[in-house]
Amino acid sequence: MNFDQARFSRDDVYEPLLSEKDSTTVEVDSEDVLPDDLTRDELTLPGLSEPQLARHYTRLSQMNYSVELGPYPLGSCTMKYNPSFTEDVAADPNAAVHPARSDRTVQGTLGLLHGLQEYLAEIGGMDAVTLHPPAGAAGEFTGILVAKAYHESRDDDRSEIIIPSSAHGTNFASAALAGYDVVELPSDDDGRVDMEALDAAISEETAALMLTNPNTLGLFERDIVDIAEMVHDAGGLLYYDGANLNALLGRARPGDMGFDIVHYNVHKTFATPHGGGGPGAGPVGVVDELAEFLPSPMVRETAAGYEQYEPESSIGKVHGFTGNWLVLIKAYAYIARLGDDGLADSSAKAVLNANYLASQVDLEVPYGPFHHEFAATAGDRDAADVAKRMLDYGVHPPTTKWPELVSQAMLTEPTEVEDKASLDDLAHAFNAAYADSDEALESAPSKTSARRIDQVSAARNPRLSWQALEQDE
Amino acid sequence: MTAGNGRRAGSPYAPHTDADEAAMLDAIGVDSAEALFDIPEEVRFDGEFGIDGMDEQELRQSLADLFARNEDLTEFLGRGHHAHYVPALVDDLSRRSEFLTSYTQYQPEIAQGFLQVLFEYQSMLVELTGLPVANCSMYDAATALAEAALLANRLRRGASGHRVLVPEHLHEGRLGVLENYLDGADMAIGEYPMDDGAVDIDALSDLVDDETVMVYAESPTVRGVIEERLTGIGDLAHENDALFCLGSDLVALALLEEPASVGADVVVGEADALGVGTAYGMGLGIFATREKFLRQVPGRLVGTSEDTADKRAFTLTLQTREQHIRKERATSNICTNQAWVALRTAMHMAWLGPDRLVNLATDAVTDARNLAKRLDNISGLQAPVHDRHHFREFVVHTDQPAPAITNDLAGRGFAVHALDDHYIQVCITDVNADAADELVAAFEEVA
Repeated sequence: MNFDQARFSRDDVYEPLLSEKDSTTVEVDSEDVLPDDLTRDELTLPGLSEPQLARHYTRLSQMNYSVELGPYPLGSCTMKYNPSFTEDVAADPNAAVHPARSDRTVQGTLGLLHGLQEYLAEIGGMDAVTLHPPAGAAGEFTGILVAKAYHESRDDDRSEIIIPSSAHGTNFASAALAGYDVVELPSDDDGRVDMEALDAAISEETAALMLTNPNTLGLFERDIVDIAEMVHDAGGLLYYDGANLNALLGRARPGDMGFDIVHYNVHKTFATPHGGGGPGAGPVGVVDELAEFLPSPMVRETAAGYEQYEPESSIGKVHGFTGNWLVLIKAYAYIARLGDDGLADSSAKAVLNANYLASQVDLEVPYGPFHHEFAATAGDRDAADVAKRMLDYGVHPPTTKWPELVSQAMLTEPTEVEDKASLDDLAHAFNAAYADSDEALESAPSKTSARRIDQVSAARNPRLSWQALEQDE
Repeated sequence: MTAGNGRRAGSPYAPHTDADEAAMLDAIGVDSAEALFDIPEEVRFDGEFGIDGMDEQELRQSLADLFARNEDLTEFLGRGHHAHYVPALVDDLSRRSEFLTSYTQYQPEIAQGFLQVLFEYQSMLVELTGLPVANCSMYDAATALAEAALLANRLRRGASGHRVLVPEHLHEGRLGVLENYLDGADMAIGEYPMDDGAVDIDALSDLVDDETVMVYAESPTVRGVIEERLTGIGDLAHENDALFCLGSDLVALALLEEPASVGADVVVGEADALGVGTAYGMGLGIFATREKFLRQVPGRLVGTSEDTADKRAFTLTLQTREQHIRKERATSNICTNQAWVALRTAMHMAWLGPDRLVNLATDAVTDARNLAKRLDNISGLQAPVHDRHHFREFVVHTDQPAPAITNDLAGRGFAVHALDDHYIQVCITDVNADAADELVAAFEEVA
């Protein structure tokens, strides 16, 4: 594939907005408004005209890769095509309401929230769902707080959360944020939970086991029923990290596997735009026994309409208001668009695509069988170099060097939105990059708007603002 | 394979033709995609969710019908979620798919555009706060405040206690989030009293001690009061080796004292007033701090470096603080953040420029003052309750019960906050200022 990303000269208006030539300083003289000692003296900000700004941002957009330009097979990040219509739906002026409005005056908003609570409960096999957490990691934190409140309500003081070593880093950080000690669980030879190690790790201190299923290698934890029983027998709770739920849509439900708490990454599973790093939303579903601990408020339907209420033993607040509303609208619209058939078909196609791509790459792919993602190994080549070279073939590379279980891992997740031709392109990029010379790999990328960037110097000498750059010069 | 309206029976976004699918299955060596699922029989799901898929057109209509059930009220609401006019340019450019459907910039060479926008956003925060380090987003003001408290605690691990002092007038959402974040760190929250809507500095002085790791104050406060003694509050904190954390918002910062000049160590707050509009509380948390706390900052940072052609380039940096590397020892658990909201906010700030942003902030003072004066002239109302300078918002005392008044106002098309039995809060910005006359008239009828 011929590919060249747009590049704009740094000598023209493309310079950062706060550069000396593009910024304006105004004196703040508001004596007739406020006493002088309560106001600042001056303010410097960009001083560009609207047409200049339009060009500035349009040029920047052309120097950015997105899923609408090509595949984005970042394993465990799940970047699918984001349908345009959900943006229009979320932009409905009637949806733009303030969170302090009385329930009676926002029946449409509450109706959508209630509907999404119900959809997610059904899809996850859960009994109750909160929509407050503004991201997956915030959902993890919320879920762990719910587990903590549950144990405390039973005067059961537990101090540990068990997490497989291959889990997302957020699991560890969220458990620690909630005040728990983390017990790391090794994997066994087939890439799944080591049952003996699990048996040894579980104790009266176990508050919960956090598990991703399929796990971060795309492998289904086949012993899940036994795992659930072991955790429950010890009085712990089983937590489902929903990062890979898209592989199971309509095929299996966390609730049916014995999970007590689930977080959903709606921006992954249901393709709401991720906007360069967020916003997402991380709703959390729980079984009946835990519903009373969910954050406040929840939405319920009564004869008089929808109303918000505080669950009996609510953990309180995990977001200043009620979460990332605009993302929740898009998630609702996406689910309603697909329906039962579409949801089940999307997991089927995601799994088909992952396995087809795995069969077409020349790199060794250990473990298996796979669900929605697979970890190929770059063997004696550097996975990061192979990835940089893939950029020159016009595709975004997979996640590299993670999980650590596979050396030089290239964790690849094509999702259901790629057709065969696109997967063949991706395989070609993989194979060609992998076969390229050391020189080609080390000098890659050469067709992107920047060449290989020196990460070490960025961290050693942090320049995090235009002001810092000016000081440096 | 097609159902009505040209829609495929399966996912409308899975592009496979039957021939492609057959070729792919053949290459894998299985008969059907079903055979690829490695799920034990006992946990297979063979039920139905009962969700009927809709085509795009009918779904749009159905959602439009649903949202039409929201009553059409003119909102004079604030208290932590504010609306200013968002220019069309922001909608147009932020919705370019290259921005909207991109992911976190893990391969910076192909993501220079978004990285630069975030770098510019950080630079604008540096300008507004006077603090040299700003991250490229938190979820909202509440989580930003909580992260600031955790940062203060990490710096003072050896302190004899671990207490954060917050004003008694703190938005319930912020207080609630703070409680949940601090619980895991065994930190305590102390509330200090307010005096006529501003910090009671003598009372605060009695409360700050060597167990205090952070003192938090807001300007404007949740009641819209501009705090006049920020430097004194900062001094109290510093005399006790505590951090001074200031809560504000981007519009207010354009006019009010520069946080660095009043001794703020951390600035947090809500940036949703620019770029977002009313979005049922969806926000953008700002986080800025001093250079010496750089390694303790939560969230993502964009920095500059050079590429192999010696050109300046942007990249995510200092990732060793973050959860995907440091795991349970990370400075925070944040991964997905509010990057696209920060992009919209940066665009909005750049569009306003310094003149219009300062004007917007000045209007927030004068419009609130004028509206309060007009309401004060109405028999049965006293405004503003606090004899202070206000920004956007103020509290009104009502002789009649407040809930009855807000109810009557809703019947006349206006939404305001009922705070208490006889207190109402009103917020005015450029999006509702043109309805101020009607609001005053409605108050005259119901007060």
